[in-house]
Amino acid sequence: MRLSPDQMIFWQHGFIKLNGTIVFTWALMLALTMGAKLVTGHLSKGLTRSRWQNLLEIVVSGIEKQIEDVGLHQPRRYIGFLGTLFLFVSSASLCTIIPGYEPPTGSLSTTAALALCVFVAVPLFGMKEQGLGGYLKSYIEPTFIMLPFNIISELSRTLALAVRLFGNMMSGAMILSILLTITPFIFPIAMSVLGLLTGMVQAYIFSILAAVYIAAGTRVRKAKPEISTGP
Amino acid sequence: MDSATLIAMTSIITAGLTIALGSIGPALGEGLAVSKALTSLAQQPDAASTITRTLFVGLAMVESVAIYCFVVSMILIFANPFWNHVLTQAAGK
Repeated sequence: MRLSPDQMIFWQHGFIKLNGTIVFTWALMLALTMGAKLVTGHLSKGLTRSRWQNLLEIVVSGIEKQIEDVGLHQPRRYIGFLGTLFLFVSSASLCTIIPGYEPPTGSLSTTAALALCVFVAVPLFGMKEQGLGGYLKSYIEPTFIMLPFNIISELSRTLALAVRLFGNMMSGAMILSILLTITPFIFPIAMSVLGLLTGMVQAYIFSILAAVYIAAGTRVRKAKPEISTGP
Repeated sequence: MDSATLIAMTSIITAGLTIALGSIGPALGEGLAVSKALTSLAQQPDAASTITRTLFVGLAMVESVAIYCFVVSMILIFANPFWNHVLTQAAGK
């Protein structure tokens, strides 16, 4: 039984492997980039607009509203990062309706890479907003004793982000392959519908958690912070 | 019993125990969270979007504990390092 698309090898030459994760990730990136390029090639400002432009406007303004709800008041600054995370993870799980495709997020390397992006992005956005000293000072809030705990929480939430997405995607694929051997006709369809829902929820969770972490990192400390963030 | 049998036996039993015990806590927690969310939805239908969003984020947080247990049991069954060690030793003989 395959645990991840890493073990699905298309082409191998020496130690260079072209496995399922890489192929599907690049296919997704190509589809997303080309799609965005094609749609935004001829945007209209008037009342008549193409249906694809309508779709993109709904997606972009929806993501913007969600980011603003979390507590980031200038969502345009962060939509490039958070929106890309959401669109990549959600399209990776939505494409599972295509036969032969396996979600690249079912591999720990992909999810670890995404979580590392969040791990790097939080200090970057924080420093941009509060300056280097201001951001580093947030590590010793409320007292100096909290410094190691703050660092541990930073590391552990990155691990949690990676393993959560990986576990959900992997378990979806695994349940499907187990059910196909036991009850091969109707029941796997119901489970794959559930898998689509789980994929969307996980994409939402991933980007919302990233937004919450960024919001916690960029909040300029005038008063006491009102929301606490978990691991 | 040689060490290979022992390792196989312990891994399988531990994998079952891991997912069995590890799913009890998150199941109880998710049930509590959903019941509280339904209560507050019935009391304040206006705040439905906020409650639902917070509920989903919280559920995913709670559920990740069960997912960790699942990942550990999958590692024990399909990618067990001790089992692989025994296999390479047996192949080396």
